[in-house]
Amino acid sequence: MLEIKNLHAVVEGEDIEILKGVNLKVNAGEIHAIMGPNGSGKSTLSKVVSGHPEYEVTEGQILFEGEDITELDADERAHLGLFLAFQYPVEVPGITNKTLLREAYNTIARANEREELDPLEFEDYLESKLDVIEMKDEFLSRSINTGFSGGEKKKNEIFQMAVLDPKLSFLDETDSGLDIDALKIVSDGVNKIAGPEKAMVLITHYQRLLNYIKPDFVHIMMGGKIIKTGDFSLAEQLEAHGYDELQKEFSLNGAQ
Amino acid sequence: MSEELSDEVKALESMIGEEYKYGFTTDVEYEEFPKGISEEIVRELSARKNEPEWMTDFRVKAYHAWKEMEEPNWFNATYKSPDFENLLYYSAPKKKPQLDSMDDVDPNIRETYEKLGIPLEEQKMLAGVAVDAVFDSVSIFTSFKEKLAEAGVIFCSMSEAIQEHPELVKKYLASVVPVRDNFYSALNSAVFSDGSFCFIPKGVACPMELSTYFRINNMESGQFERTLIVAEEGASVSYLEGCTAPMYDENQLHAAVVELVALDDADIKYSTIQNWYSGDENGRGGIYNFVTKRGICKGRNSKISWTQLETGSAVTLKYPSVILQGDNSIGEFYSVAVTTKMQQADTGTKMIHLGKNTKSTIISKGISAGKSNNSYRGEVKIGKKAHGSKNYSVCDSMLIGQECGAHTFPYISSENPTSSVEHEATTSRVGEEQIFYLMQRGISEQDAISMIINGFVKDVLKELPLEFAVEANKLLDVKLEGSVG
Repeated sequence: MLEIKNLHAVVEGEDIEILKGVNLKVNAGEIHAIMGPNGSGKSTLSKVVSGHPEYEVTEGQILFEGEDITELDADERAHLGLFLAFQYPVEVPGITNKTLLREAYNTIARANEREELDPLEFEDYLESKLDVIEMKDEFLSRSINTGFSGGEKKKNEIFQMAVLDPKLSFLDETDSGLDIDALKIVSDGVNKIAGPEKAMVLITHYQRLLNYIKPDFVHIMMGGKIIKTGDFSLAEQLEAHGYDELQKEFSLNGAQ
Repeated sequence: MSEELSDEVKALESMIGEEYKYGFTTDVEYEEFPKGISEEIVRELSARKNEPEWMTDFRVKAYHAWKEMEEPNWFNATYKSPDFENLLYYSAPKKKPQLDSMDDVDPNIRETYEKLGIPLEEQKMLAGVAVDAVFDSVSIFTSFKEKLAEAGVIFCSMSEAIQEHPELVKKYLASVVPVRDNFYSALNSAVFSDGSFCFIPKGVACPMELSTYFRINNMESGQFERTLIVAEEGASVSYLEGCTAPMYDENQLHAAVVELVALDDADIKYSTIQNWYSGDENGRGGIYNFVTKRGICKGRNSKISWTQLETGSAVTLKYPSVILQGDNSIGEFYSVAVTTKMQQADTGTKMIHLGKNTKSTIISKGISAGKSNNSYRGEVKIGKKAHGSKNYSVCDSMLIGQECGAHTFPYISSENPTSSVEHEATTSRVGEEQIFYLMQRGISEQDAISMIINGFVKDVLKELPLEFAVEANKLLDVKLEGSVG
């Protein structure tokens, strides 16, 4: 579904390379976890893949279902079925969640020549998604993320993911700032959404999220590259020994 | 700032600075009138309008008062002073017979209003809205007069009111904004040409929305209109003004005075959609919009509400205010001021609490883009006897791009310890993050920006009368329309 080939990226207008040749392949039905210390480039990777204008790809390619999307705008990538659950969801005062979601849903439907939903149909559709994340329907008529607690913002991201029904979702540190109850609800929601036709990439600093969402693959990212790929045991190993150990191994490899 | 970012900002700015659609000129023949200002000119103007002596005296006194006053310069705006000696203070299309029906209106002028989307034929108009059309200095046509007269409502041009209802004009003119209130109110009092007069008698709820469309056409003329709205005991009215002007390289002066009087239990809602020509990217041309607007809640339980959507003009200086004299009276000010290119706006309100249990609400939303400068200036004053009074103010500014400015100047004074004043202010930037967030959800860049701005101004636009909310949204969209990237 997603294939990232030798991806290099910089912050627009600056020389510092943040992604230094990332390679990643994600198939339908798979859940991947990308772990790494702060500053390793893992959040940047999710932004570059979803088309954040702050970054410029200097080398390499992003293929989505075989199509090169490296130069597409963020909305065009969303139309293809790409979703990013933000680490810091953005507040948009005065526009309700419902309005945003209906606009977004219908824009994506139009782009894919699917039928749009009228406001009443959409209302029913939204209601049907509320229990994915134990969301109260009052959330729907509140302004996007405005005055939401940290946990509510993260839940709202997963709710949006459920409504927009993307093929591939990047979840950027969705677990950060969540207490254990919220973490369970969020993970539960993600597990409900996951399925054989969907793919997910979880970006996280800690292993604890992976106790709730079992990844098929675990990647360790450091210095703008994926330096190691394994299964769940790699996450456990990391939890036991920390990033330092890997760092040493990595620099050793680098020296060879 | 990175290059891509600045491209985005440029795209944003070009969207907001959409071409002005109302910049055309109408070819009409004007009555000859000498330029400049003097007592003779003021007398001549009054004579042309066939005014009674008391009116001429009012003007002459005002002229002498103005002569002694100095042009104010305390605004957060810089501009070249208008050349008062070189202005044309009276500009009337030559063909000005008694207009009994639309057929008597100069076809060119009629066409102008058609082009502006304001058909003057009653059958074509929005149901439930009466229009007074002011072209340069004179009122061209007032619709639905008879229907309003049945309800006892007087809605006519100010010139007509001076002739037909002198007792009312004498009683209320300059009762809210005294001649010497400020430099521009004195000038207006001397040379005002026309405007609208509305009188809603005791106990009458005006059966339709009243509105006036102001159009400046003549390049050399200033526009000085005078509007007076009086709502007697228990009366209510909703009034809207709209304004446009052609594009000229020279600045034109618009110095209006608007006075509102609300007696016991009366309710006046005054809405403005201001879209004067704003000048070009380099700040050349555009209207100087220096306007004094003030209402007095004279009676108990009365209410005055100002709602304004300010999008045009090169320089705007205006502070629609309410004097809350009657006990339990309510004053409101809802404002959206959009500045783009080189526009400068210094706008806000004054809420003067004098009576007991008076309440005022101020919601001001400023949007600045381009190299524009947008200031909110508001004064809340609670007098000694205004026991239990309350004010609530919110001033939010939104910046688009890096070269514009937003400023807030709140002045608060309370002499009464049982009263409360609350003030909140925020400044935000239409961020790349907000746009990216919405785009990631599949929404186009243009729709994302439009959504962010609509969300920002929603609290104010919902105060506009329904018939005009559509128009206001359209105007904002026109400002936002355009290709991206």
